Amino acid sequence: MNRLPRRLLIALAIGPTLGLVVFYAWPFITLVVEAVDATVIIDTLGRASTWEVVWFTAWQAVASTAVTIAVGLAPAYVLARYEFRGRTVIVGLLTAMFVLPTVVMGAAFLAMLPDSLDRTVWAVIGAHVVFNLAVVVRVVGSLWEHLPTDMEAAAATLGASRWKVATRISLPLVRPAVTAAATIVFLFTFTSYGVIRILAAPGTRTIEVEVWRRATQLGDIGGAAALALLQLAALIAIVSWSTIAQRRHAQAIGLLPTSARRRPRTAGERRFVTLVAGAALLVAAAPLVALVVRSFSTPTGWSTAAWTDLGQTEIRPGIRIGIDPVDAVVNSLINAAWATAFAVVIGALASLAIVGAGRAGRALDGGLMLPLATSAVTIGFGMLITFDTAPVDWRARWWLVPVGHALIAVPFVVRTCVGVLRSVDPAMGDAAATLGASPVRSWRATLVPYLWRPLAVGAALAAAISLGEFGATSFLSRSGSETMPIAIEQLLGRTGSVLQAQGFALATLLAATTVILVVIVERLQSPFTERPRR
Amino acid sequence: MRLRATPPRGNSSLRRIGAVATTVALVAAACGSDDDGASTSTDVAATADSITLVTYDSFPESDTSLNDALAEFSADTGIDVEILVAGDTGTMLSKASLTAGNPEGDVMWGIDNTLLSRAIADDVFEPYIAAPIADGSVEIAQEFLDLVPNGEATPVDYGDVCVNYDIGWFAERDLEPPTTFADLVDPAYAGQLVVQNPATSSPGLAFLLATIHEYGLEGWQDYWSQLGANGVEVVDGWTEAYYERFTWAGGGPTPMVVSYGSSPPAEVIFADPPRNDAPTGVIEDTCFRQVEFAGVLRGTDAPDASRQLVDFLVSERFQQELALNLFVYPTNQAVELPQEFIDFAVVPETSRSLDPAVIDAERSTWIDEWTELVLG
Amino acid sequence: MNAAAGDHPGLEVRDVTVSFAVPRAQGRADHDPSDRHLVLDQVSLSVRSGEIVALLGPSGSGKSTLLRVIAGIIVPDSGLVLLHGVDVTERPTHLRGVGMVFQDNQLFPHMSVLDNVAFGPKMAGIARAERAERAVSWLRRVGLAGFEDRRVTELSGGEAKRVALARTLAREPAVVLLDEPLTGLDRELHDRLAIELGALLRDANVTTLLVTHDHDEAATIADRTEQLAGLRP
Repeated sequence: MNRLPRRLLIALAIGPTLGLVVFYAWPFITLVVEAVDATVIIDTLGRASTWEVVWFTAWQAVASTAVTIAVGLAPAYVLARYEFRGRTVIVGLLTAMFVLPTVVMGAAFLAMLPDSLDRTVWAVIGAHVVFNLAVVVRVVGSLWEHLPTDMEAAAATLGASRWKVATRISLPLVRPAVTAAATIVFLFTFTSYGVIRILAAPGTRTIEVEVWRRATQLGDIGGAAALALLQLAALIAIVSWSTIAQRRHAQAIGLLPTSARRRPRTAGERRFVTLVAGAALLVAAAPLVALVVRSFSTPTGWSTAAWTDLGQTEIRPGIRIGIDPVDAVVNSLINAAWATAFAVVIGALASLAIVGAGRAGRALDGGLMLPLATSAVTIGFGMLITFDTAPVDWRARWWLVPVGHALIAVPFVVRTCVGVLRSVDPAMGDAAATLGASPVRSWRATLVPYLWRPLAVGAALAAAISLGEFGATSFLSRSGSETMPIAIEQLLGRTGSVLQAQGFALATLLAATTVILVVIVERLQSPFTERPRR
Repeated sequence: MRLRATPPRGNSSLRRIGAVATTVALVAAACGSDDDGASTSTDVAATADSITLVTYDSFPESDTSLNDALAEFSADTGIDVEILVAGDTGTMLSKASLTAGNPEGDVMWGIDNTLLSRAIADDVFEPYIAAPIADGSVEIAQEFLDLVPNGEATPVDYGDVCVNYDIGWFAERDLEPPTTFADLVDPAYAGQLVVQNPATSSPGLAFLLATIHEYGLEGWQDYWSQLGANGVEVVDGWTEAYYERFTWAGGGPTPMVVSYGSSPPAEVIFADPPRNDAPTGVIEDTCFRQVEFAGVLRGTDAPDASRQLVDFLVSERFQQELALNLFVYPTNQAVELPQEFIDFAVVPETSRSLDPAVIDAERSTWIDEWTELVLG
Repeated sequence: MNAAAGDHPGLEVRDVTVSFAVPRAQGRADHDPSDRHLVLDQVSLSVRSGEIVALLGPSGSGKSTLLRVIAGIIVPDSGLVLLHGVDVTERPTHLRGVGMVFQDNQLFPHMSVLDNVAFGPKMAGIARAERAERAVSWLRRVGLAGFEDRRVTELSGGEAKRVALARTLAREPAVVLLDEPLTGLDRELHDRLAIELGALLRDANVTTLLVTHDHDEAATIADRTEQLAGLRP
């Protein structure tokens, strides 16, 4: 492509860069400064509870990951290898579970499980498993889809039974994908926050929850910051290890260009497919169904009260719980609108700058991805303790929460846009140049028009992220301006059935909104060259 | 690849310029300092027509005589009072600490003596003692004023945090209600007590302090282990414990709850149908003295109106509503207590208390230890 | 393996019919309007014990499908597969004792050459030392002595084909199926391997069905040649 004028690139990049520096880098540095203090570090590392929390965080993540992989392999195989009615529904449903907000997943499990299992670590692991099944199905399944089925047939002609084929051939072949999926699931469960806040007993804490508790309940800012950094160090170690492990196990396999899905032929195959698909459907649908059902159930029978009286939070005459679910819906919508606007504008500018500039573009790209690698809790906490003194005392500003959400959403907008922009044939720009267009003219004519569609995808994603965001919001939101996820957590924390039913109703609403947004994303995401729109 | 690139025509470049302009404006808004904030806070003369009273979640938002009293204040002064409920006292203070200097409201009601030192350390309040107390027109006990030697906040009410029990529940089962801390760990009372988390709730913290008073700095941990083994239930706040878990008031499963010495009269006053004996009792041995304060939040936009409200909060008009609405004793000594209150409220002969300096020094360690012991 | 030999042919296929549902998305232009694509229509074939038969036919004529039916990878809509007179139509692949060399070898990329060849004996429950010995001996017979510890992904086309052959024969199957075994090799290697293959199979005295589209190859390796088109009633 012809070189764009430097001035244009700088103009494009300045907004995103400034936003990144002010709202990400600065809070992060503040956090490090808070944590790097001899007494804080000694106190934190010397406290028995720190290690109990670390231990719990690690073991529940390992257990969740192991169970997710174990449970996910069969559906991954069936969905990758067999064509059957309802296949796309199951894939869609599992994907929907993955994109659900954490508090909704927590709420759905709370709704589904009997009281005796609520607030136990088993409930947490169960929710993590259902949450992350899509990771295994998609990551491992996409490899399985493209592996030659004949390799399994070859093993069978050599005398390997179904079980031996599975354990000696099919599984070892997808090992790199399993490692990749396991890493992703581990990272998600290691940093689990919303699910734990909703589902676990008050004493059951991951590092994320402990950061929140120390910062917001005990007022121990230094200790919380030290824990946040401890977690970050653990994450970096895990990702490095996983990268090395995946490289070590990488193996050359002849992949098929197209998927090799076929209908099950024998009765045995049909039984296997039906069983696995049925189980997957049940696992994914049951929590959602339970969520809806519980929003209509009261101790005295079925009732639409939770929906019609949403906002009726009086416990005694005049005494309310201080959370208004209806206000929460309104607050969430307003926040999401602004967060989407911020994320789209910043994302669009950044994408154009990244595609247009060389090395500097890559640096900006990497920088904008950083918030994705930082837990939302860390982001919210950092912003809270940074923007608390004049002239940057922004705690009460209406835009602080949307900016936090936008920070988390921008990476998604950028990824969608940059991918599409990079796929635009640079020869088109050259063609425009030969027709006499200046670099800027040809850029505007050949590149910019392709931005709108991925930007729409990014906008829907940003809205979904903002609506469901809980980690950063739990630090940044103020009394009276709670968002839906905050209200859900508060309502479900109460034992009164009226309040709980409202919590479930709100969670249902949030789940439905998220799923609709994700469907829009999927619809929009079909490649732009496919079928021109009339 | 051959693609027909048809760039959007017409006013699209205008739109694009518009988008860039919006971005610049946003960035400017995000980075520039906000001038109007500064101007209002210096402009003292500006009449704040609305201020926000931040309070704990058992404070009524509407429909009670307490709210009527506040409405009269608004009518008299032209200052509207919005009530913002911020959870139980511990949660409320945590939020206040994180928002110190840029508060969620203007006046805070309900920080108690167990948490006051943390509020002071975190610089939550603009020091202020209600003018009527300062000029002597309202008299309150010296022991309350001693808690705020530098006039950090105004003592507004007091009471005792005690274990309450459901008299009927015990009678039905022919079980003698417990009378001491030691009784509470008796297996006969297993699974019958709900308490509040001392990290989030002030009665919860008061109850923890009471056990520390009873068993000492070295003995309370062991006591709580036994309580835990005996199935004590922990919830985040008083409202939840009393109105959602307690057998009598909440239709819950638990016949004993950490509440107030003044809870029984409430049950008489609001009994439907009316009754003339209290359905709940108090285990006097467990009572811990609690004094609550109101303060002006540092960083308020309306310091004058806020002070006016604090002055009103200690007035006879407002203080006479406390007993029957919040079930606490007014600090204003001129207020006469309602008869039901005199009849049914329990004022223990000796209420427990701990040196504020000790509470201040040890509170976070105790809460941490308690969390490990009971929740961990 | 040849226990029930008697007078029965080593391999017999009777009236085998196979049709596939044509997936709508991938339907080809010439697909059956009923959405079923008839691949094999009542095909019958008999191979004597120890005989090497080459099956000729243009690509897409269903030769590979027939091999898959015999191996039990595909269950036919109708018809029977008999090995030494025993009906194995419903028997799962791994219990049939039918070895197959796939067109693209399908060597297991996560195993060494030795482990690939020893896989069959391992599945048969043969002890480690013996199966290693057997694998080494088969590697020597296909001319790959010393290749034991190589990674299969590092082999040339001819070497990979030899490993695939050794792997199939090491199982000592009653019947061997070869699916276009020499396609894709250069001419010189192709001709050399064809001669070697014929000798190897005759030497092993194994009932063999070979599918190819190359007349010369068929003539070099096989005792007898059949046209797929001629197997219908």
